[in-house]
This record gives sequence, structure tokens and C-alpha cells, in this order.
Amino acid sequence: MGFFIETLIGGLMAGMLYSLVALGFVLIFKASGVFNFAQGAMVLFAALAMARFSAWVPEWLGVDSRLLANGIAFVLSGALMFAVAWLIERLVLRHLVNQDGATLLMATLGIAYVLEGVGSSIFGSDIYKIDVGMPKEPVMILEESIEGGLLINREDFVAALIAALLVSLLWLFFQKTATGRALRAVADDHQAAQSIGIPLNRIWVIVWCVAGLVALVAGIIWGSKLGVQFSLATVALRALPVVILGGLTSIPGAIIGGLIIGVGEKLSEVYLGPFIGGGIEIWFAYQLALVFLLFRPQGLFGEKIIDRV
Amino acid sequence: MSREFGELILDLQNVSLAFGGVKALTDISFDVREHEIRAIIGPNGAGKSSMLNVINGVYRPQQGEIILRGQHFTRMNPYKAACAGISRTFQNIALFKGMSVIDNLMTGRNLKIRSNLLQQAFWWGPARREELAHRARVEEVIDFLEIQHIRKTPVGRLPYGLQKRVDLGRALAMEPSILLLDEPMAGMNVEEKQDMCRFILDVNDQFGTTIVLIEHDMGVVMDISDRVVVLDYGRKIGDGVPDAVRTNPEVISAYLGASH
Ligand SMILES: Nc1ncnc2c1ncn2[C@@H]1O[C@H](COP(=O)(O)OP(=O)(O)OP(=O)(O)O)[C@@H](O)[C@H]1O
Ligand SMILES: [Mg+2]
Repeated sequence: MGFFIETLIGGLMAGMLYSLVALGFVLIFKASGVFNFAQGAMVLFAALAMARFSAWVPEWLGVDSRLLANGIAFVLSGALMFAVAWLIERLVLRHLVNQDGATLLMATLGIAYVLEGVGSSIFGSDIYKIDVGMPKEPVMILEESIEGGLLINREDFVAALIAALLVSLLWLFFQKTATGRALRAVADDHQAAQSIGIPLNRIWVIVWCVAGLVALVAGIIWGSKLGVQFSLATVALRALPVVILGGLTSIPGAIIGGLIIGVGEKLSEVYLGPFIGGGIEIWFAYQLALVFLLFRPQGLFGEKIIDRV
Repeated sequence: MSREFGELILDLQNVSLAFGGVKALTDISFDVREHEIRAIIGPNGAGKSSMLNVINGVYRPQQGEIILRGQHFTRMNPYKAACAGISRTFQNIALFKGMSVIDNLMTGRNLKIRSNLLQQAFWWGPARREELAHRARVEEVIDFLEIQHIRKTPVGRLPYGLQKRVDLGRALAMEPSILLLDEPMAGMNVEEKQDMCRFILDVNDQFGTTIVLIEHDMGVVMDISDRVVVLDYGRKIGDGVPDAVRTNPEVISAYLGASH
């Protein structure tokens, strides 16, 4: 029992990060109808920026404090991601207004390659470390109430906490501010939103900025755990099955979908792994998404069949 | 009804619009004077909605010009139109379905919001006070349209007649100088129609808003509008005060010949 709960909690914590990345994905889809294949590349790019800036800043400024270096690196990387969002709107989206979904999808594939290329030429293509002081030692909790206690990975716990916090803050932003309201309006009906004077271009920049911020946070967390390398993009791309599961247009769907995939991966790895071989974690999400595509293509919470892809 | 009209505020000149082979509008010219209620009528598919869509830039005509307060536009777009004080409702109601009545109306204030994203995000005092001021204006619109009881309801759950009213509310929240209404009374019962007529007349009267109105109900049109333009198969076949239009033989035959 203790082991099962441990696995479950591990899955939920991992899933929270998928939820976060999926949220960036859903926002872009809702606001602009773009199926953003570049989400993974954005995570990689952001993580690369963070890793390199945090190494360069002490050299440039001659400061020694890791906290300060990380702080400055975070601000620089954030600014860079905003610049990327702005450029994407300027150079790509603006010229593809009213194109069909497939064209936009191809455009984001292009963006992904450009980001990966530019990322490795500016920042290099080795494996880099991000050290933001995440706790590495696991802790034992509830030793009295559960036999054997529960071993919790503190790094995953902190990561999940940060992800949950960011999701909540974004939610507040969308519900409580004028810009958030405009964003929800655009997501509901582009035509009407424009007719009452909401500039679509600005909203697009904002959702790509949010996706960039989300990518940065996820990039830092995954980067500090796994190291910053090319495979980060693939980890982040697991947001795709998450949104297929949750529904492309549903924000709660993205969050719940992320948790389901996180838990599913861990449980299947632990309980099915011994029978059908390990490595389930890698393909589980895609398999589940495939089942959904066959039987419920609009996902758990989606509004309509995906007709744009 | 005889009233004084103001200046020419909106002038369409020789507008033609086609979708592939379908000619929605052919060489249409028509004007709107400040403060008037200008009706557009015609059988189904005559091009009435297309005309409104051209005015606020949802459709781009292949030919012709729009002159708005003396300014010439060959390409209008909905955002520009909104900035110029044109607001509209849609024939097939385009409210933000998932949002409450208040939120829908608040989106109508978007162009008037001065605080920026950062100030809003940090819940900065002046940004918050601004939001409250807009909220007060929206409450006035809510009172005006007598929809206090549904202010928190998600619009998707409202009956059709009320949705139409909220649609008007969102347009009014923009404090437009020109209001375009695409069949605001379609699908309503007699009582709801009377209410809607009253609101339209009050808006025109109290706020001096110029109104361009598409409506099928002849009784209503002849009653409330100052001038009427008649379209048929994308062509203009009549234009003038209600009495003149009513007795225009071409208009009569279009209406008798049309299935509606
Ligand atoms: N987006 C569009 N794409 C293709 N054809 C269109 C489009 N919008 C309008 N049309 C065509 O243009 C013509 C005029 O349509 P419009 O909607 O302006 O008519 P209407 O007078 O508003 O009719 P109704 O009384 O039914 O609302 C019709 O033949 C219609 O099929
Ligand atoms: Mg119409």
C-alpha cells in the first residue's frame, strides 16, 4: 500500500509539470488556433539560455553569489523568451492569419527547427547543468500512520509546488485582470473580439509570452533534474498527448490530463513493466493519446472534434 | 416622424463584394447621417449582413470606398472600425459563451482601458480603480437594458431573447457613436420585440447614437426608422423615408416575389 501511494504521488508530481507545459500549449491553441509543435523546442531553448546565462553572468559581472547569478540569468532568459514570442508574432503568425490549421502547424515545425538551430549556435550544444539549488535528498514522511512510511522525492515535490503555483497565478491573471478577460474573449470568438476592439496581434504576443515563461520554468526544473540536452525537447513534447487527452481547448483538461499522464506513466512502469518490459514511461503517454484519438478525439473536456490539424 | 438629421457620418460609395461567383453586393452606394436610425431591408440573401460586414471591415469589398467622418477607407478592419466608434451585434449572436454577462459587457470596455498588462498583473491601485470605474459604466448599461437579474449568469445558458439583449449590451458598453444591429429582434416574441424597440429608440434618443439596423419585421422597420434602404440580390432597389419606400413599385414586387 505504501509503495502504491508513493508511486501515485510520484506520478502526480511529475504530472504537474506536464500540466504546466500543456497549459502553454492550450493557451496558444485557444487564442490563435495554432497547434504549437515548437513547445518542446521552446523548453529546450529556455533551459539552454538559463544554463548558459547562469554560467556566464558570474564571468561577466565578477559576482560569486549563485543566487544572484541565477536571478539575473532567470531575468535574462525570461526577456529572451519574450523577445522570441514577439518575433514569432511579427515574422510568422502575422503573415499567416486565416491560413488553415495544417499551414500553421507546419510553421510551428519550422519555428521549432529555427529555435533548436539558433539555440545551439548561441549557447552551444554540449550537455549543460542548471543548479538552482533544488533539494536532492528524498525524505520519509508519515512514518507513524503508514507502515514503512512514504519516501518522497523532495526535488519532484518542490518542482510540483512551483508548477502548481504558476498555474494558479496564471489562472488568477486570466480571471481577474482586464487583459485576461480579453484573452478569454479571443479564445471564445475571434471575430467578435476583434469587432469590439481587442487587437488579436497583441493577444497572440501575450499567449506566446506566457508559453515562453511556462517553457522557461519547466526547462529549469527538468534541466536541473536531467541536465540540459537535446532530449529535453522530447520530454516537453509529452505535452502533446496530454492535450489530446485533456482536449485541445480546455484549460482544466490540460491540468487534469497532465496529472493523468504523470500518474499513468509511473503506475504502468511499476506495475506493467515487469510483464511487458521496461521503458513504458516513454511511450505510455502516446499510446493513451492514440486510444483517445480513436474513441474520443475531442479529449476528455474538449469542445469539438479537432478539425484544424 | 420628421426629425432633423445631422451631418453625413458614414458614406459607402459604389461598393461591390463577391464571394467567388456569388455577387453579394453590386455597386451599392448609401449614406448614413448623424443621429438617424437607418434601416436596411430586403429578402433573405439580399446582402444585408454583407453590407454591415463591409462597414465594420469583417468583409473587404473588391470595389468601392467607405468614408467615415470624411476619412476615406478602402480597407477597413474590425479593430480599426471599433477604434473609430463603430460597434455592432451579430445576426447569429457572437457572445463569449463561457463568460458571464458582466464579463461579456466588460470586454466591450477594452478599448477604453488605459492601464497596461504589468499594472494589472500586479493588482496596482490605479489599475484596480480603473477597473471599478469601468464596472460602474457596465452596471449602467445593465440597468438600462433591465438585465440586473442575470448579470452573473454565463451567457451560454441564457434563452435566445436575453442573449440578443446582452449582445446589444456589449455593443453599448463600447459607447459607440455608430451602432450596427443585425436583426436584433429575430426570433423574439411580441413582448420581447417591444422591449428591444424601446431600447433602440432610447439609445438613439438619450445617447444620440447613430443606428444602422437590419430587420425583417416591416411593422417595426416602418415604425422606428428614419430612412430605409432596400436591397434585392445584392442591388439597391429603393432608398428613402419609410413612406416613399413602402409605395415604391420595385420594392413591392421584390417582396411579393420573394419567398418569405
Ligand atoms: N462568408 C461568405 N462566404 C460565401 N458567401 C457568402 C458569405 N457571406 C455571405 N455570402 C453570400 O452572400 C449573399 C448575401 O448574404 P447575406 O448574408 O449578406 O444576406 P442577408 O441579406 O443578410 O440574408 P439573411 O436575411 O438571410 O440574413 C448570399 O448569397 C450569401 O450566401
Ligand atoms: Mg443576414
